[in-house]
Amino acid sequence: MGVMDQIELPTPIKYVFNWGRKYSLWCFNFGLACCAIEFIAASAARHDFIRHGVIPFAHGPRQADLLVVSGTLTDKMAPAVKRLYEQMPEPKYVISFGSCANCGGPYWDSYSVTKGVDQVIPVDVYVPGCPPRPEALLESIMRLQDLIQGESLKERMERRRRDPITLAAAGVPERESTT
Amino acid sequence: MSELSTRERIHPGTAPGEDYHLEIVGEGDFATADMTLSIGPAHPATHGVFRIVLEMDGERVRSARPVIGYMHRGFEKLAEYRDYRQIMALVNRHDWLSGFSNELGVALAVEQLMEFEVPDRAQWIRMLMAEWNRVLNHLMFVGSFALELGAITPMFYAFREREDIQHMMEAATGGRLHFTYNQVGGVKIDLPKGFLRTSAELTTITRKRLVDYRDLILGNEIFQARTKGVGALPTDVALSFGVTGPTLQATGLPEDSRVTEPYLKYGEIDVPVPVGENGDAFDRFFCLLGRIEASLDIIDQVLDHIGPGPVNSKLPKMVKAPEGATYVRTENPLGQLGYWLESDGGRTPWRLKMRTPSFSNVQAIPYLLEGVLVPDAVAVLGSVFFVVGDIDR
Repeated sequence: MGVMDQIELPTPIKYVFNWGRKYSLWCFNFGLACCAIEFIAASAARHDFIRHGVIPFAHGPRQADLLVVSGTLTDKMAPAVKRLYEQMPEPKYVISFGSCANCGGPYWDSYSVTKGVDQVIPVDVYVPGCPPRPEALLESIMRLQDLIQGESLKERMERRRRDPITLAAAGVPERESTT
Repeated sequence: MSELSTRERIHPGTAPGEDYHLEIVGEGDFATADMTLSIGPAHPATHGVFRIVLEMDGERVRSARPVIGYMHRGFEKLAEYRDYRQIMALVNRHDWLSGFSNELGVALAVEQLMEFEVPDRAQWIRMLMAEWNRVLNHLMFVGSFALELGAITPMFYAFREREDIQHMMEAATGGRLHFTYNQVGGVKIDLPKGFLRTSAELTTITRKRLVDYRDLILGNEIFQARTKGVGALPTDVALSFGVTGPTLQATGLPEDSRVTEPYLKYGEIDVPVPVGENGDAFDRFFCLLGRIEASLDIIDQVLDHIGPGPVNSKLPKMVKAPEGATYVRTENPLGQLGYWLESDGGRTPWRLKMRTPSFSNVQAIPYLLEGVLVPDAVAVLGSVFFVVGDIDR
């Protein structure tokens, strides 16, 4: 990342820099279960999240900025998710899509399911639902874009270096109500 | 160069006594080592998290070994801790593309144990929903199989239809993928107003668009070149592996539980069963499209038969299946789904054993992949229709 995470950018430059980053998210879909179908539905014609600046066809984790974990993570699968996450370049963001990825969902008492992807990798935005509607994915992406717009890359990377597993205490900024 | 042994040439820097797990085939300058290629669990060429380990000789697959279990969530065990109402919300998730058909199997099994009489209208509604669910499932595979062969457009076409059908089913059930619409003794609530009319309209539209699919995919030269004669499965081999559904029908055997062992009201209507000839990837896809058409025909017949009446029956506060065991088999979109339900008279099943179609279908994959080229392996994997959650449960 060079100097971008070393120096605090002046506000106007930071604004433009973050604005550019938030509308060019290359997304890597880690499709695991049912939610992956809703992810595909969100990328298909009716919901079409490319209009939000998310490109769902990253060739692999090495070309991606955003990892969407959609579906049940099992203990057997967990090392693969962690490995793919580590292959992604910084700054990287994670959306946990669906109840299973959030906390285990309907398999909360199963012996083979990891109770939440956040036990393995840090998560920025959680999307509830089993499976969530495609609209929920669109909303989560907008929330993530708000987070990217408001953040300082230097601070983010400092936190990451201090503690690579838990993310930001800052979290996602509150959105103004649209109703 | 000539002093080097074959082994040293292929693996430079390794000591002669070192243990190799790779076998060297051929002689002299043609000697090559077999390569072990592990595809998955997260790989764009396989849908879901299916992992397969291929032993390669150049471009050719020598042997293939599926590694399953990446999606094992312990459904059979969890079902022993859920009561019969909660099970409906659990089982529709193991094959996530055919939620309604899964819960239908459990509902039928419990009703069989309790000797419950389901009202006529509920049975017709169940058939209607099961067939729409089948269309949804097959449309997904129409899109994904073409996508794996490199054609992106059919995916968008398939999702155009899927969204319309899901929207209609959501009006009745409240779910887009997992409907949880069945309950013991019938269905949850009656159909909303206008559902039957929308159904009739959508069958017409979908049938019209099926013509497009036929032209676009089946008539495509590249598609034919990549699928015809690839991964041919003889009927006897398919039967010995327990393969069912479109993969079995493609081999030319018109086996379908809706015909051979009718449940619900399938005995009263005409169920068309499409069959293929050679059992290759092309035929499997042909059968898939044929089954969409067959489902639309069934929906039309159901719409003629469905009449007014109650859709569910009054249940006791606690649904308890009497002591005993039963086996119910239904035709899931991907093949035959069986539930072995054993009850000790309590609130929860004592044992719920699943016989899922995808698990049996992927057993044929090592047979199919032997000796094919790598690009054909993708066509074979895509054409043996499976859902990973259905394999691993």
